[in-house]
Amino acid sequence: MKRTPDALGHFGIYGGRYISETLMPAVQELEEAYNKWRTNADFKAEFAYYLKEYVGRPTPLYFAERLTRKTGGADIYLKREDLCHTGAHKINNTIGQILLAKRMGKKRIIAETGAGQHGVATATVAAMFGLECEIYMGEDDIKRQSPNVFRMKLLGAKVTPVTSGSKTLKDAMNEALRDWVTNVYNTFYIIGTVAGPHPYPMLVRDFQSIIGTEARRQIKDKTGRLPDELIACVGGGSNAMGLFHPFLEDAGVKMTGVEAGGHGLSTGMHAASINGGRVGVLHGNKTYLLQDKFGQIIDTHSISAGLDYPGVGPEHAYLHDAGRVNYVTIKDSEALDGFKALTLSEGIIPALESSHAVAHAIKAAKELGKGRLIIVNLSGRGDKDLNTVSKAFNFEL
Amino acid sequence: MTTTIASGRIEAAFERLKIEGRKALITFITAGDPDLPATKDIILALEEAGADIIELGVPFSDPMADGPTIQASSERAVKKGTHLKDVLRLVKEVRKETQIPIVLFGYYNPVFNYGLEKFARDAKAAGVDGALIVDLPAEESGELKDRLDDGSLDMIFLLTPTSNAARMRLIASKASGFIYFVSVTGVTGARSSVSGDAKGYVAKIRKVTDLPVGVGFGISTPAQAREVAKYADAVIVGSAIVNVIAKNSGNKKRLVGEVRRFVSGLRAAMDS
Repeated sequence: MKRTPDALGHFGIYGGRYISETLMPAVQELEEAYNKWRTNADFKAEFAYYLKEYVGRPTPLYFAERLTRKTGGADIYLKREDLCHTGAHKINNTIGQILLAKRMGKKRIIAETGAGQHGVATATVAAMFGLECEIYMGEDDIKRQSPNVFRMKLLGAKVTPVTSGSKTLKDAMNEALRDWVTNVYNTFYIIGTVAGPHPYPMLVRDFQSIIGTEARRQIKDKTGRLPDELIACVGGGSNAMGLFHPFLEDAGVKMTGVEAGGHGLSTGMHAASINGGRVGVLHGNKTYLLQDKFGQIIDTHSISAGLDYPGVGPEHAYLHDAGRVNYVTIKDSEALDGFKALTLSEGIIPALESSHAVAHAIKAAKELGKGRLIIVNLSGRGDKDLNTVSKAFNFEL
Repeated sequence: MTTTIASGRIEAAFERLKIEGRKALITFITAGDPDLPATKDIILALEEAGADIIELGVPFSDPMADGPTIQASSERAVKKGTHLKDVLRLVKEVRKETQIPIVLFGYYNPVFNYGLEKFARDAKAAGVDGALIVDLPAEESGELKDRLDDGSLDMIFLLTPTSNAARMRLIASKASGFIYFVSVTGVTGARSSVSGDAKGYVAKIRKVTDLPVGVGFGISTPAQAREVAKYADAVIVGSAIVNVIAKNSGNKKRLVGEVRRFVSGLRAAMDS
């Protein structure tokens, strides 16, 4: 199995660069800049500095003792990305990309966001580096993630509602691409996940790999060995790729990506691109997509806005076909159970995205049994989801 | 300098125009907006009004290179249930009445989903002359182009103000039919002025290809069409026509009349 994409960004048959000609020179310029800086000592030192001093890395690898005991199976460790500044793993990537933007002399930052976590992480680094920032967000997501909208605005970003299509993350990405094509000379597009035209899937993966690099060292320090299984939720798949990638060569480590099962695969109301989709081309890459029989992209559903996307990063598609990573689904109702279980047993309120991983980990821990080790990527904290959760639990706030 | 051998109708249209000393008018409409029977009537009206090549938009759920006008048009057509197979059927139908060159204009996913081999076969059988797939740049075009290698379908590519000399050469080596120069950095849509640099870019493109060069994006008035016709081989108008269609979609007879009137105005300005 090859570990990196080919020169044109293909992971097997996936990935690539399916974008309009106007943007081709822009992604080539980005690729050149990344190739130049990725091995540069100053760049690496600056990236490491901000991850430590600003993001708060390394994040703990926490042994969830009470959750483990209640579950009665494998030991469950949580990689606490929820403790990152801004409350999710997204900032690892936005720091990396804005350091590139700065070196490329770009004055303006744009981004798409679904749950708002990537939007907040982008607005945050734009504020810190004093760059103009515009965030595209689907109108429906703006409604269900209002606290994050307010945070972005406080951080000085312009939040532009997207009213086309399904008014969610995919439409926000369409709109961000339209902006980029228009303002290509001065604008840097910070994509939030391991998708999009090459080099984004590779570059976001590399910036997020800090998660797995730390976790690998931490679990060895704590237990003297490697874990039996890694579990992470997958929408576009950046937190999962960040955790998985540094373990890919460790043959004994099983990896499981958890897709959003929504109301269940059979209902069609889900966002599980690998489990319920077919290969296609969208947003610059070839990958698994949720589409109808005519190749029109279909509306997705997940209780978690961050997983509500009809595609998945191309490297995940590749790892799925290669059989290296197993992709499963967790339904909305199960994710809510996972949310509750972690909150009550550990006093940690997880994001609904991460709750999918927690819910699957509870199942997997029972199957694996005592004495085995699981690492769950707790990719974000749940404060942003309190409105959604209170509605789901009929709980008056 | 390389050019692929083009199919009949597009090449013939440009040759005829050259002899007549006129420039090509290429008109874009979305198939299925307001509905497929109307699209057929509109195509025939466009030809009567002086259009030389029809760009037929294949509706897609996520038209990320399009501005609000064509986005809305594409959305209406998808809602009506217009998909690639229906567009091909329409072309077959239209071919009974006209030989005007027809280029399918759209996004890759519907084509990829349809099946590349099947698309190549069915498009040719229906009487399609070319395909322009906005999100299929030269680098990724091989898998489709390989299926069109008998030259049955021209592959039209975009060049833009961001394309450097190397990219111009690469694209010229893959393109056939004509080169579509996008006059602005941006999405499709009517604009008050066409980029002043367009003329200079067209001159640069001519250095790397013998193919005709069309200019589009933002052309919406007879005055703009006349200006562009002075230096380009083809004037490409899309959103402005789609606007006329959208405004008159309630009354089909008036719709066809208004489209004819609008396009005749563009033609007259280009020929004056």
